[in-house]
Amino acid sequence: MPPENDAGGSHRDIGDVRIEDVVSIKEQTAFEKLISSQAFWVTVALAVIIAVMSYLQPDVFSSEANFYNMTRNFSYIGIMAVGMVAVIITGGIDLSVGSIMGVTGVVCGVLLEGGNAWYVAVVGGLLTGMFAGFINGLLIAYAGLSAFVVTLGMMSFGRSIAIVLSQNRMIYDFGPDGPAFKIIGGGQMLGLSNIFWALIILAVVIGVILRFTTWGRHLYAIGGNEQAARLTGVPVNRVKAQAYILSGLTAAIAAILVVGWQGSAINALGTTYELRVIASTVIGGANLMGGEGGAYGAVIGAALLEVIRNSLLMQGIDSNWQGAFVGVFIVLAVLLEKIRGRKRA
Amino acid sequence: MPVLSLRKISKNFGAIKALTEVDLELEPGEVLGLMGDNGAGKSTLIKIIAGNFPPTTGEIVLEGKPVHFHKPIDARAKGIEVVYQDLALCDNLTATGNIFLGREIATRIWPFRFLTSKAMSDRAGELFGELKSETRPQDLVRRMSGGQRQAVAISRTMLSEAKLVLMDEPTAAISVRQVAEVLDLIRRLKDRGIAIVLISHRMPDVFAVADRVAVLRRGRKVAEKPTSQSSPEEITGLITGAIHAA
Ligand SMILES: Nc1ncnc2c1ncn2[C@@H]1O[C@H](COP(=O)(O)OP(=O)(O)OP(=O)(O)O)[C@@H](O)[C@H]1O
Ligand SMILES: [Mg+2]
Repeated sequence: MPPENDAGGSHRDIGDVRIEDVVSIKEQTAFEKLISSQAFWVTVALAVIIAVMSYLQPDVFSSEANFYNMTRNFSYIGIMAVGMVAVIITGGIDLSVGSIMGVTGVVCGVLLEGGNAWYVAVVGGLLTGMFAGFINGLLIAYAGLSAFVVTLGMMSFGRSIAIVLSQNRMIYDFGPDGPAFKIIGGGQMLGLSNIFWALIILAVVIGVILRFTTWGRHLYAIGGNEQAARLTGVPVNRVKAQAYILSGLTAAIAAILVVGWQGSAINALGTTYELRVIASTVIGGANLMGGEGGAYGAVIGAALLEVIRNSLLMQGIDSNWQGAFVGVFIVLAVLLEKIRGRKRA
Repeated sequence: MPVLSLRKISKNFGAIKALTEVDLELEPGEVLGLMGDNGAGKSTLIKIIAGNFPPTTGEIVLEGKPVHFHKPIDARAKGIEVVYQDLALCDNLTATGNIFLGREIATRIWPFRFLTSKAMSDRAGELFGELKSETRPQDLVRRMSGGQRQAVAISRTMLSEAKLVLMDEPTAAISVRQVAEVLDLIRRLKDRGIAIVLISHRMPDVFAVADRVAVLRRGRKVAEKPTSQSSPEEITGLITGAIHAA
């Protein structure tokens, strides 16, 4: 017996006009995509601030020396941010990057002090960062613990290990391979610091991985709908764990470069950097709920924070105001994201 | 030969008997409506077939061979696709991204696999074409209507040569016009020789597309009839228990 109506037939009477044609859910053009991207607007803001500052302080702000310093200062935060963004895309967070930086720096220092070759210190440092990330990943992805709690624990644990390993002293006697190690982070190429070049290379590599590989796609899928990703056969646990390993690795890279540049390892290295790193990714368009963010945004977010910091300094504003400005920018970025989200819905 | 035979499938969750000795057969190109009150065991049955968890006792036979699934991808590898009640889509990905999620077309450059976006979006376009859906491959799922989202979830089931598609309430949360669209999609799958299990609380939908209807009541199959020999009134009676069995 037929049902009381044939819904399949009746809707065709409306004719060939489809609702979609009328309200027009258009495919985004490249231009629309660009202007709806937060990273784009942050780039604009950055350009404006640089232009204004170059006008106000042509001799100091736009000097070669200041440019060199600014690009170096935001670069190690940017390096950590491009690793962090992978974690944030999955909907996680890594509060331990500052402490991982501290431990890694001390491990490098101790290895060099013990007379080891520069590459032993480098490899030792990288492994330290990756191992910390691996432990984070194991506990978060496989044991199912909250990322916030696990990485908060690692933040405390890592800092403590750094203090114990360094016996709470500054390590500056880098042994025979000290000069070679210091060149890595302290050197420069084409008038820009090695740290900056390292950031450019890492951002490009990680940017490509995020956008064009299955691994990157899976990070976004996990952040969008973890259960759906699992049901469709995405190796959710493995991918999540790998994101934390990447974040640990980038923190270690930043540590190796900064220790080389500063020529000493202190156990306080990286303290409170996690805040600046997370702020950079969020300002660059990453969504702490997961599913959104990118390498370019992370870099540009870090750059914006440094330019603001530098500008305040140049304008003679009390440096204690920096935190307030950074805070305002973080909230503004999230607000902007919310407004864009409302338009989208 | 039937695509799927369930033999005396029972499932207990601790003391709860969600399913008791359910038998079911499905031929290629056949649409079976699976009905029953809340908690009757419909989703549990689907999840057993889809490999979400194993039955407590009983046997699943696929094209004559007994099978044992440990996870959903095992079932998918054997040609069983599922449209989950919540669709299991990632809002932040495009239609193409969702259709190919977990089985992307990619070129291996160690240690990574690079997405071949063009091939995937072309294929997604073809699938939407076959379904006569106006969903566009590059649109974000977030910006889609309920009907378009259904089209994405259903296209995903057509990516590989599925033999059996399980749908858990695909018309529950969408508008009347979109329901019509989804029913059309189901007919197209059927025309391709795919067997379909359709869970629904909506009597008109079941009678519009199903060849047979099976009714579960408190974990037991109490009736199974060709839709042409039954009526919504009879099925309603079977679901509530007003009619004992048929
Ligand atoms: N994972 C589980 N653990 C314990 N009990 C469960 C589980 N899944 C289902 N049940 C129980 O099994 C019974 C059947 O549930 P099921 O979800 O299959 O019903 P349904 O027919 O799909 O209902 P609805 O129409 O509400 O979706 C219910 O009593 C339910 O509480
Ligand atoms: Mg159900």
